[in-house]
Amino acid sequence: MHGLAFDISHSLAGGLVLVSFMMLYQDRLTSLLNVFALHAVMLSLSVAWQALIQDAPHLYVTAAIALLFKAIIIPVALRRIVYKLGIHRDIETVVGIGPTMLAGMGLVALSLALMLRVTADADALAREDLAFALSVVLLGLLFMVTRRNAVSQVVGFMSLENGLILAATGAKGMPLVVEISVAFSVLIAFIVIGIVLFRIRERFDSVDVSQLDVSRGERT
Amino acid sequence: MTLSGIDPVVGVLLIPVCAAVVLALLPGYKLTAQLNVLASLGSFLCAASLLVLPRPAPGPYILVDDLNIVFIVLNTFVGFTTSLFSASYIAHELETGKLTPTYLRFYHAMYQIMMFGMNLAFMSNNIGLMWVAVELATLTTVLMVGIYRTPAALEAAWKYFILGSVGIALALFGTILVYMAARPVIGEGQEGMIWTVLVARAAGFDAPLLNVAFVFLFLGYGTKVGLAPLHAWLPDAHAEGPTPISAVLSGLLLNVALYALLRFKMLLAANGDAMPPGVLMIVMGLASLLFAAFMLYRRRDIKRLFAYSSIEHMGIIVFAFGMGGPLANFAGLLHMVMHSLTKSAIFYAVGHITQVKGTQSLAKIRGITETHPVLGWGLVVGVVAIAGLPPLGIFMSEFLLVSSTFARSPWLALLLVFGILVAFGALTLRLTGIAFGRPRGSRAPVQASYVPMFAHLALVLIAGVYLPAPVVAWFQHVAKLLG
Repeated sequence: MHGLAFDISHSLAGGLVLVSFMMLYQDRLTSLLNVFALHAVMLSLSVAWQALIQDAPHLYVTAAIALLFKAIIIPVALRRIVYKLGIHRDIETVVGIGPTMLAGMGLVALSLALMLRVTADADALAREDLAFALSVVLLGLLFMVTRRNAVSQVVGFMSLENGLILAATGAKGMPLVVEISVAFSVLIAFIVIGIVLFRIRERFDSVDVSQLDVSRGERT
Repeated sequence: MTLSGIDPVVGVLLIPVCAAVVLALLPGYKLTAQLNVLASLGSFLCAASLLVLPRPAPGPYILVDDLNIVFIVLNTFVGFTTSLFSASYIAHELETGKLTPTYLRFYHAMYQIMMFGMNLAFMSNNIGLMWVAVELATLTTVLMVGIYRTPAALEAAWKYFILGSVGIALALFGTILVYMAARPVIGEGQEGMIWTVLVARAAGFDAPLLNVAFVFLFLGYGTKVGLAPLHAWLPDAHAEGPTPISAVLSGLLLNVALYALLRFKMLLAANGDAMPPGVLMIVMGLASLLFAAFMLYRRRDIKRLFAYSSIEHMGIIVFAFGMGGPLANFAGLLHMVMHSLTKSAIFYAVGHITQVKGTQSLAKIRGITETHPVLGWGLVVGVVAIAGLPPLGIFMSEFLLVSSTFARSPWLALLLVFGILVAFGALTLRLTGIAFGRPRGSRAPVQASYVPMFAHLALVLIAGVYLPAPVVAWFQHVAKLLG
């Protein structure tokens, strides 16, 4: 029916959704970082495959950024931070794996139902890519709301962003994809690791965001 | 090349960038503050010259048309006056040691980059570029909100960063969907992201996909407009950052996101089959107005009070644009300009007041007209204006909006009036305490720059009493464009 090209890109995008699910139930930061690295590798493969079948060499740049930056540099740097702060053994209290996974499945069903319906005229590849991408975005959001640790929230945001890159590469011929992925990388590198985490550490001796709540201006 | 030969668009964009580099490198407070003012003035003059000079033709990246020129001129003007206020505000922060000289350099550089991001967002003709510019402006403000490095400031910056990033991510998804909707009609490549091309050919787009795209864009950029229930970052970011940044956030950054929404709303309007975007905007606008109006009563922090007032007014503006039609759009535009001017003027006053009193707590700031008459009366005029009393400009725009809404759907108008009255009650209640209560706290003279505050208030007063005919004609024309 669709041929090999379709099948491969379909399974790569599906794999990304699967890894997103795997992230949902990681309760140790170190294993979370490993899974996130896998997430980035999947994204990079998927983008590289799109570059091949769309004959769009500039997408290789995006794939390379995903591989180098998100699968290697960021996880390594975050791991160092996690060890430096001594929170690598901490077990995060996740809301509850069962309900979270169920909610995740609901979100994936929602995004499939929504995207497949509204994109009835588009070509099959783009439709399914978009549906998967929205699933990854929603799962990223779900991950962010179930975590309290600053490092996890950043990881959640990055997985959400991977979904966006997937959507952007799936939209055939979309301009500015490389620029957008660079912009995102700069965003993450700069803000998250360099400044915010550093400052939170400096002031609180903790990266648990719930501790920040105490200092709300109006409660005094 | 003569002076008129220099492209003002290049000036508006390039001056802030160059200034940011220079300001990051130069030491010394006096010099950098003056340079900051100078650079902002330069951008403003360039932007103002766009009003008279012939405009460049819309290119693949840059567009100057009748709609965004209002925003650009307002943006650079408030940017300029805020830089004046910032110079005197920051001097005090240096004296009290809240900011070190290194941070000050960073602050000035960020200020200019933020101005660049906002100007670029207003001028971009490419929806992808617009997204990048809004993101840039957001990022710089995140850094500025956290600049004091107190626990509260860090929490505010973190919350703003997370919510802002999620918002911006949803907006990007919406942008991609717009491209997908346009692709069958326009074809692949850059053309599919150019706004002027999109609008011209929107009629053929796939309507359901465009609807979904708009919902994502509305939630994404709506987070940045501060619409309830996506507003959680806004009061904290306003309260914990330096006050010049609060002024810019309320007066300008909220407008940037609103402008992005308006562009996409025009896109939907150009497509006949898509849902009317107005319904979504009316519901969220009214919800923000009512929610913020009630929340005003419970505020104990002066900067948070005015932050909630910003949510309230953004609600009114979004409601106005949601109603649509020449009259409501006119009211919305006027209200937006008036709110920017008034709210930044209020924050100029609040900035000096909190500095001299050494607190932001409403309970400790009392009788300000007695201890500091000029500042106090400035604040009184500002609050009277923001509460919507005649003869100031906001009364005009609210009156227009209410009367046009009454003519079309009385029930919505009742809700609108109710929200405005509730907010009015809260503001007058607080104002009597701040301005006329028994004086408390320091009576030390304040080294304030009154010029920006009174310049804004004078403009608001003039607009309320007499709006010059060319301005009216201009606004009417833009209101028609908005459909």
